[in-house]
Amino acid sequence: MKKLRIIDSELCVGCQQCIFACSRRSGEAGLAHSSIAVRSTGGMEKGFKIIVCNACADPPCAAVCPTDALLRQDGGGVRLDAKRCIGCRQCVGACSIGAVQWDAEIDKPMICVHCGYCVRYCPHGVLTLVEV
Amino acid sequence: MLSHDPLENVLYIDLSRKTSRVERRPELFDAYLGGAGAAIHLLEENCPAGIDPHDPANPVIFAVGPLTGVLPLASKTVAMFKSPLTGNLGESHAGGRSAVAIRTAGYGAIVITGASDIPIYLSIHEGRVRFRDARSIWGLSSMTAGRIIRENEPGAGMRTIMRIGTAGEALVPYANVTIETYRHFGRLGLGAVLGSKRVKGIVVAGHRALPVADARAYRRVYDQVYDAAVSSPVMKKYYELGTPANVLPLDEIGALPTRNLQAARFEGACELSGEALADNYLGRRLACAHCPVACIHIAAVREPYEQAAYFYKTTMIGYDYETIYALGTMLGIDSAKAFLRLIAEVDNLGMDAMSAGVALAWATEAMERGLVGPAETDGIALRWGDASAYRAAAKRLVSQPTPFYQALAQGVEHASSVYGGQEYALAFGRNEMPGYHTGPAGHIGFLIGARHSHLDNAGYALDQKAPSQGSLTPEKLVDALIEEEAWRQILSSTVVCFFARGIYTPELTQEALTLMQMGRTPQELQALGEEIWAAKYRFKLREGFDPQKIRIPQRIYETPSALGAIEPAYVEAALACAWERVAAIET
Repeated sequence: MKKLRIIDSELCVGCQQCIFACSRRSGEAGLAHSSIAVRSTGGMEKGFKIIVCNACADPPCAAVCPTDALLRQDGGGVRLDAKRCIGCRQCVGACSIGAVQWDAEIDKPMICVHCGYCVRYCPHGVLTLVEV
Repeated sequence: MLSHDPLENVLYIDLSRKTSRVERRPELFDAYLGGAGAAIHLLEENCPAGIDPHDPANPVIFAVGPLTGVLPLASKTVAMFKSPLTGNLGESHAGGRSAVAIRTAGYGAIVITGASDIPIYLSIHEGRVRFRDARSIWGLSSMTAGRIIRENEPGAGMRTIMRIGTAGEALVPYANVTIETYRHFGRLGLGAVLGSKRVKGIVVAGHRALPVADARAYRRVYDQVYDAAVSSPVMKKYYELGTPANVLPLDEIGALPTRNLQAARFEGACELSGEALADNYLGRRLACAHCPVACIHIAAVREPYEQAAYFYKTTMIGYDYETIYALGTMLGIDSAKAFLRLIAEVDNLGMDAMSAGVALAWATEAMERGLVGPAETDGIALRWGDASAYRAAAKRLVSQPTPFYQALAQGVEHASSVYGGQEYALAFGRNEMPGYHTGPAGHIGFLIGARHSHLDNAGYALDQKAPSQGSLTPEKLVDALIEEEAWRQILSSTVVCFFARGIYTPELTQEALTLMQMGRTPQELQALGEEIWAAKYRFKLREGFDPQKIRIPQRIYETPSALGAIEPAYVEAALACAWERVAAIET
């Protein structure tokens, strides 16, 4: 089982390549379909935080889902069963690191599936994929 | 273009009525791609001929391109307006998050007209435009205003925050607009135009998806651009030291304007070099949205408080080659810390660093030669290298306590017309000069470029490649400059950062545009570039630009350039060729 890990957020330059990469998996350009977010920590001069699923062993997002649309994965993390999801956003509030992104175009949560596509496009080695 | 690409949406905002509307303009983007090409036509449509640049009718246009948010390095926004500095074409480019934010908010261009009755900032979030009360932040520095807007607004991480400083509020015609703290719409006074409209800031946020014609081809072209961006030698310079990598090479060849271009080599160049700044001060590197290069270099300057023991402040200050030239070598400042503090001052006031630096350099020489004295300068003794005097004088360019500062705040062209010293007033077409005394092509480039910018046609690069002065006939030189400027219209219409010009060849640009169903052959692109160049000149001429009135500062002939003393006859001959090309533009 592979998981996305942040090596050192101080190396992040805020280029958003990871966000574009994640969104591009859909076949479209732009930013709508990304499961990863990058924000400054109070002005860019203070650096950036990378907000992405931590692959919890006991994920709170799945625990609060009223329709069992978030399926726990062996080794941590969840998969979305979009057919079951009713777009209630309970999962968004349950994640204390704010890693449940929202795709407004389909009105469903976007949660990292730890595929590692973004790692290929991080120019400064902030992200990596590790075996867990 | 693709039928559902939001690029076609032009957002019109009327500040007087506090209304907005979206108009679909696919034909505009199909014909001119976007960016500079779309903006010059929107400027022509929306700017009444002959108006004062501070007239509410002067439109402020922001335009992005089809490749924005689609491919890496397509990270710039083009702003157009009537310039209060030159009285004709105002055009300025900036990166930061502006381009991706505008594009993914669902717009190809934004046209802002009118003037608000009270200070406001605009808040634009994917289809919603709000006019926010900015009375309580009017009068604040661009840094503080930015912080307050950042806390007031949603969209963290996906937004651009543009704002003006007090220079823009005071209508200094070279006031700039700061975005994301460390990037700017510099040159030609966009800050003053927004100030005249009582717009303190503009927030744009978005995160829409964007369509492409062929997902597989998209990934292939994407990887080609991305891999080139992170591994190509053409990007290495920007990657490591950033643009300050130019300081030592330009000093070495004798092209680094020093003390108001009384010299072209600077004894303190090592202290201000990209190498020394990186070694001693580099605190962080940043990137524009969707650019892996991270050319933005931020210095960390730690200073003690003089009156309070064990109190320090650490200030993060962005630096680039142009600021090193204008606020460093041109003023003879050889202390990196003093120079960085001057940048921070000018930045906080919200002034273009090049124009402010050249204005202070001219004022220093005018004082040295006795044209002005302490009565004019409000008691400040302007002396080469005295950065604290320059910080004090920079503040007075905004507060304008004496007629001298009022005049200097209008630019060196105007100040020297009042106080004398025109021969060393280093403005080209009323725009203060950039930092390249490489030879004739550099200066001819400033004179004939539609923005009078070194970035219009990169004449300085032709000098650096030339085996000797005059190795090209004046006619061939002008042809080369205009051809380059025409191609750059394509880069600034798609809109690709000029630093990536080595990657976005005509062939790659064709492939990239094909993804957006806007493909054109390299020949068609060059022809379109020429058409956009001509449209910009048509606007300049319409607004009274007169090639015959272009003044050449004598100083460029007095101080030998990297290619030796510049020959006036060569420059005159080249200008004659250029103005012939301009006269041939069909009106």
